[in-house]
Amino acid sequence: MSRREDRDGRLLVAPTMLVVLAFAVLPFLAVVLFAFLDVRLVDIPRLYLDELDFTGENLAGVWASPRFWSAATTTVVYAAASSAGAIVAGLVVALALRRPFRGRGLIRALVLVPYILPVVAATTIWKTLLNPGYGLVNAVGTEWLGWAGPVAFLTTTSRDVGPFTVPVALCTVIAFEVWKTAPLAFLFITARLQVIPGDIEEAAQIDGAGKTRIFRHLLLPELAGVMALLAVLRFLWSFQNFNDIYLLTGGAGGTEVLAVRVYTELVVRANIGTASATGLLMTGMLLVVVAVYAWMLKRGKA
Amino acid sequence: MRSAEDRVLGVLRWAVIAVAVVMTAGPLLYGMLLSVRPYQSVVSEPLDLLPAPSEFTVDSYPTAMGEFGLGGNMWNSLQVALVTAGLAIVLSILGAYAAVRLRFFGRDTVNVVFLGVYLLPGIVLAVPLFVLLSRIGLTGSLVGLVFVYTAQTVPVALYMLRTYLAAVPSSVEEAAMIDGCGRIGVIRRVVLPMALPGVAATALYVFMIAWNEYLFALLFLVADRDRWTVSLGIAQLTEFSVSTTVLMAGSIAITVPVVAGFFLAQRLLVTGLTSGAEKG
Repeated sequence: MSRREDRDGRLLVAPTMLVVLAFAVLPFLAVVLFAFLDVRLVDIPRLYLDELDFTGENLAGVWASPRFWSAATTTVVYAAASSAGAIVAGLVVALALRRPFRGRGLIRALVLVPYILPVVAATTIWKTLLNPGYGLVNAVGTEWLGWAGPVAFLTTTSRDVGPFTVPVALCTVIAFEVWKTAPLAFLFITARLQVIPGDIEEAAQIDGAGKTRIFRHLLLPELAGVMALLAVLRFLWSFQNFNDIYLLTGGAGGTEVLAVRVYTELVVRANIGTASATGLLMTGMLLVVVAVYAWMLKRGKA
Repeated sequence: MRSAEDRVLGVLRWAVIAVAVVMTAGPLLYGMLLSVRPYQSVVSEPLDLLPAPSEFTVDSYPTAMGEFGLGGNMWNSLQVALVTAGLAIVLSILGAYAAVRLRFFGRDTVNVVFLGVYLLPGIVLAVPLFVLLSRIGLTGSLVGLVFVYTAQTVPVALYMLRTYLAAVPSSVEEAAMIDGCGRIGVIRRVVLPMALPGVAATALYVFMIAWNEYLFALLFLVADRDRWTVSLGIAQLTEFSVSTTVLMAGSIAITVPVVAGFFLAQRLLVTGLTSGAEKG
């Protein structure tokens, strides 16, 4: 590399680096620091770097709190179920739209709509759809499907349906997340499907292989990589999702995830220390997922 | 002769397409239909989706925009989203150009840092940003929000722009360099015009993220009603007993610019977002 190229490269990246350092890296270091401080929101105006009270109690307290672990369990269930659901839904729709037909372009664009919708608009519409008083879903259920009464989807913690106990609110927020993020899975899987060479598939067809067999033995192995990547990315994003759950249920009805706990600690309890400790533990869990994925990639390549 | 398997799959395929269309477009359509009906009729006849011609009304829109202040909120969101998109584009063009064309010391470190920022939970960063920005008095101002949004969107903008810039042939640039153009001159006069559609698509994407954002707006601005963004405005209205038709009108009003922009730039956005997926 030439010296001029080296200098230009660094100069061009510098402004971006600066913004990212100031508004992402530095704050993250601050989270680590705050996690060990005894500090509340009211202390902010008197917060100086040379007089800090260090304590291990935030982390210890959060670690010992059953509410933290129940939120962690909810978060894992939520993230795993919604990423699996989004990938399956995206895959099914991508396969259905694989062969061209009139109007396919429009439908492809249409199925992306939930992904680009402002989250507040989406949750407001869903809350109306699911409203026990005048929402369409409950109206259809009680009028046409013979439900005994309207279901409060967003506030019911659990409900017995036949032999099963269904966590209603949790299932609803998972359904919302699947609905909102399946388009991204659809996009990625479609992009991958488009570059699979057609000749092997044709040969298999001529040899009499049915569509399900072609899918299992030809398409699925080709899609495995992109689906694994999607699974990791979706899991990471759903794991940290705050907006969707906070806007839909506010964390009620057994849907309190870690992101909502961080917010509650920060805003409701005004405790910066425990909020940071919760956030730090949450990031640690994410790092474990990333590390496992990196390890699996490496092992797959070796 | 089609096998039974093919026939079943053929039917299933159309069923899937139909369900997908209803599921994805349905809620938006539902919101639109409710927004043009009077509240009384929505509550008493939840199954009558189509408004009767006699009851069709667009009164909810001016009510949402004026009385409930969403018009002012839209103006705030527009400013924040435009400035964020502008800043993020300027920063990420420079960065993306360096990442695509130049080999410099520390390039890999830079990439790792960006990936890390992309994966760091927003809610975790929200805690210290809230503390630091209130310490220097930037909460309650739209400027603080713009900086946070820029930092959050630059990594993804840079990633998208890399794809578009890589498509510009480097021979053209070399010719311009020989003709005496500096590095910035090359970016401005050669790379930018050639990658313009991609740059526009990236700008639109950043605009959409900033326009849709909720968490930081909630944390920074909730106390100051004059500075609310649209997302915050509508979310706050759901806390009061504002009628559903007005909420639907507001939701549709803030959605229209985003969906319209998306349909305009759809093809470019899709290639930018999924680049890399092909290699899977």
